[in-house]
Amino acid sequence: MENKHDSSYTTLAFSLFAGIIFGFGLILAGMANPAKVLAFLDLAGAWDPSLAFVMGGAILVGLITFTMAKKRSLSLLGLQMRLPTSTKIDKRLVLGSLIFGIGWGLAGICPGPAFVLLGIGSLKGIVFIVAMLVGMWLFARWDNR
Amino acid sequence: MLIDWNNFTPWASLVGGMLIGIAASLFILFNGRIAGVSGIIGGLIKPNHYFEGWRIAFIAGLIISPIIWQLFKPLPAIQVDASYGLLIAAGLIVGISTRLGSGCTSGHGVCGISRLSLRSIIATLAFMGAGFITVYVIRHTLGI
Repeated sequence: MENKHDSSYTTLAFSLFAGIIFGFGLILAGMANPAKVLAFLDLAGAWDPSLAFVMGGAILVGLITFTMAKKRSLSLLGLQMRLPTSTKIDKRLVLGSLIFGIGWGLAGICPGPAFVLLGIGSLKGIVFIVAMLVGMWLFARWDNR
Repeated sequence: MLIDWNNFTPWASLVGGMLIGIAASLFILFNGRIAGVSGIIGGLIKPNHYFEGWRIAFIAGLIISPIIWQLFKPLPAIQVDASYGLLIAAGLIVGISTRLGSGCTSGHGVCGISRLSLRSIIATLAFMGAGFITVYVIRHTLGI
């Protein structure tokens, strides 16, 4: 059930703020630069290992805060905590993730950075996002049968 | 293994990663939600969804982040080499697969690993591995 407070101005403001900080992180880290992402994924070429530090830095912070989050039943704004509960390692998870890796490796773009590309007005970013939304819509239709 | 030291940016990437971690932390601690970009978008285009402003607000934040950034300093290099055809294929694949696998780099790679979810650790290993192999095949086998 949707929590009433979920659409309060405070929640919206925190969501917007988190999105901006997330975007700053992607830009500073080099994640928003598809050429750098591909250089990271190109182990056999001139390898740029920088992006390993992105995940490292994010997890360093996340390990602390998610440990705190797991102990709470309500968020700091009094909303229900919605941590994922599934622990199933199934075909959907593995197959979906493998295919995602292929799509990521084709252009060097994953969903977060795609929206940063949109923000800089990149036509290529827009094309990627439209295709991604179509893909999500197709999946939702297929999954809902 | 040949390392490209000229483009190696460990500190910027580490601090950038920490900012991503801080954003995901704000999201879970204040809103009680996982900052997984594919999941946030996916929730908007599911049939029978009801309007959830927080999803739009987070995505709007991502979109305006480079605009705000440019008020203070120039953006670093952002270069998309893929052709339009490849971008369409990649976008479709990323859209379908992140819904099938319930997450992407942010949801599984950052939030999932941070909460020590085995599911997310396996997902991250899978998409990283597939990413490495895909780039290897494209650049060194097909030579595109």
